[in-house]
Amino acid sequence: MSLPTGEVIGILADNLRIRGSVLPLSKRKVTRWARGLNLPHGGRTVLYTGMMYQLIPYIEGLVKAEKRLGDSPLAELTWLGRKINRLVNISAFMARPSAKLRAVYNEVPVNVALLLKEAGVEFGYLYKDDLYSGALAHDLGADEVVADHARKVYGVLRKRGVRRIITIDPHTTNMLRSVYPKLIPGFDIEIRSYLEVLAEREPMLRTSLTGELVIHDPCVFARYEGIVHEPRRLLTATGLTLKEPEKSGRMTYCCGGPVESLYPEKAEANARRRVEQLQEAVRGSDQRSDREACEIVTMCPMCFVNLAAAAPDGVALNDISHYLRRAYVS
Amino acid sequence: MSAGVNGATLVRPALAGRVGALEEFNASACMNCGVCTAVCPMGIEVLPRRLFRYVLLGMEDQVLEQIESIYSCLLCKMCEVNCPAGVHIAENVRSLRHHINRTVFGL
Ligand code: SF4
Ligand code: SF4
Repeated sequence: MSLPTGEVIGILADNLRIRGSVLPLSKRKVTRWARGLNLPHGGRTVLYTGMMYQLIPYIEGLVKAEKRLGDSPLAELTWLGRKINRLVNISAFMARPSAKLRAVYNEVPVNVALLLKEAGVEFGYLYKDDLYSGALAHDLGADEVVADHARKVYGVLRKRGVRRIITIDPHTTNMLRSVYPKLIPGFDIEIRSYLEVLAEREPMLRTSLTGELVIHDPCVFARYEGIVHEPRRLLTATGLTLKEPEKSGRMTYCCGGPVESLYPEKAEANARRRVEQLQEAVRGSDQRSDREACEIVTMCPMCFVNLAAAAPDGVALNDISHYLRRAYVS
Repeated sequence: MSAGVNGATLVRPALAGRVGALEEFNASACMNCGVCTAVCPMGIEVLPRRLFRYVLLGMEDQVLEQIESIYSCLLCKMCEVNCPAGVHIAENVRSLRHHINRTVFGL
């Protein structure tokens, strides 16, 4: 059973309004990945995580808690949870995600920072001012809260003198590039995904890779932001063979992640369908006796977490930055 | 279904205007071809053609019966890239959520 829709949206929207993120994490957790990289504080060009990769293990924790709660008589009391949440950050009491999961998600921004450095891009990081974009609340239609939050984020970016932002995940890219300009008259910061920045620079190959990957396009890159060719160019130049599922590129099939916070079972069913489609992409391949085994490349933390949870043994998943770092960073 | 006098369905023409306050609610271009339903990964039958028609006709009660469908949409735009009429389906669904958040959930 799902929890009452309105109350869950209420809790997430209250968090964004009061604490600046749908699931408030400490600044220490959000910026931990950057330790030891010596990234300059701020600058005209910044790498912007929008906290997405760091948040995902915690969203997974929330969804597990929701599922447990949804099946118990306590589901009736979610309205009370929302009232308490306004005063006390209840997400702080949720089970902490495993160190392994946190490490996976912290690794992605590190990979991206190293790739950009190697490609000669000059950039800084905003540390405590690397704020959440409001993506989930926007999807849920909490428009007033998102508009206020967007103005706050833009104010910080202006104050820090940021002119150009390099994003990592599709949701932050879409919010900053396509939604903020509609909410903020005169929004004038250039937003590009690191995949676009890297593809344009044609980075030098340091280590050739071999093997076969099935590519899963996130809807938000492929259909909202038109980012389809860049990841393919970067991956094929490493020597890897890319397998396309039937629903691919602009016609990609959603992982189910967007409904995870409200209807976890529906998200799971969709993810299972997508994993099967991705497995089918390698069927008929000569090198393979076990037709079900495959390696899937994702480029969105939501896709990763959803598909990984639905993947049977023998199906491996990795973020695109994992391959790009091995190939393009010396 | 709510009925007005003589059993006619109660319509509130102002609904479409309120729903579309933030973004143009361009559902009137829909020609009811059914492509969106055929390609929808969630198999959401009511979205968007019947639902948008309810909004345009001001049939608020029928819209509110579909809350689960409205919040189950992935906003994945599979329907939208295949829609022959160029309906902004995902943004229309988001506008409906915004409307329901305010009028039903009191956000
Ligand atoms: S695909 Fe477009 S025109 Fe056809 S029913 Fe759906 S919204 Fe209407
Ligand atoms: S955007 Fe919503 S209605 Fe359209 S195909 Fe995706 S899930 Fe279905």
